[in-house]
Amino acid sequence: MANDTAKQLRNPLQKARGLGSAKHGAEHWWGQRLTSLALIPLTLWFVLGVIGHLGADHAAFQAWMRSPVTAAMMILTVAVTFHHAASGMQVVYEDYLHVEWQKLAADIVTKFLCYGLAAACIVSVLKLSFGA
Amino acid sequence: MANGSSRPLSPHLQVYRWQWTMALSILHRATGIALTVGTLLLAWWLIAAAAGPAAFARAQGFIGSGLGMLMLFGWTFALYYHLCAGIRHLVWDAGYGFELQYAQRGAYIVIGAAVGLTIMSWIIGLAVW
Repeated sequence: MANDTAKQLRNPLQKARGLGSAKHGAEHWWGQRLTSLALIPLTLWFVLGVIGHLGADHAAFQAWMRSPVTAAMMILTVAVTFHHAASGMQVVYEDYLHVEWQKLAADIVTKFLCYGLAAACIVSVLKLSFGA
Repeated sequence: MANGSSRPLSPHLQVYRWQWTMALSILHRATGIALTVGTLLLAWWLIAAAAGPAAFARAQGFIGSGLGMLMLFGWTFALYYHLCAGIRHLVWDAGYGFELQYAQRGAYIVIGAAVGLTIMSWIIGLAVW
């Protein structure tokens, strides 16, 4: 590498430019912090809601979901939770999987599953909220 | 330790003396993974509710079973632990609490709060179930 650069007239800085984070390196990190901050109130709301509906029958559960506040909070909880889970799992894979294709495959499968489940959960909440 | 480049190498995990701060760090990641798997239970609960009374009764029945309650108990602790340790991480991200005594105290608070909140939630939960 050292010999390689010595033979070239181009400054090494020229090669390195544009290879960095290009000012978007903190995006994933910030996303994790933002979602964790949002999840503090959402989690507390969710736990209280679950405790209030332990062993509830279908009618009682649906009545809970019919409230617009409940539906909005549940959709937010689900969306932010799955996003937070997917980005957290990405870091776990990046730390422990050192074969590139395995890392990519694990991340793709996790993200597809997370966003698929998030969509299914959100549609479920909407169906309960607006459905007959 | 030789690594072929004469640069210093940090000691491997095995030779560290086990300490609270380190155990908590590992537990934060472990509970994060567990909670990711645990979202399946949340998804089942919501989808079953949307599917109808029969499917919802099955889901509620499983949650009320011995295995379901055991899973839910682990889920509760993991959730509270990850929540409390997550807040501790946010405090660090804001630039506070890095001194050794604060890190140590924070560890005790996180463990105490997670255990306390779990027990409190279950006492209330079982009372209203």
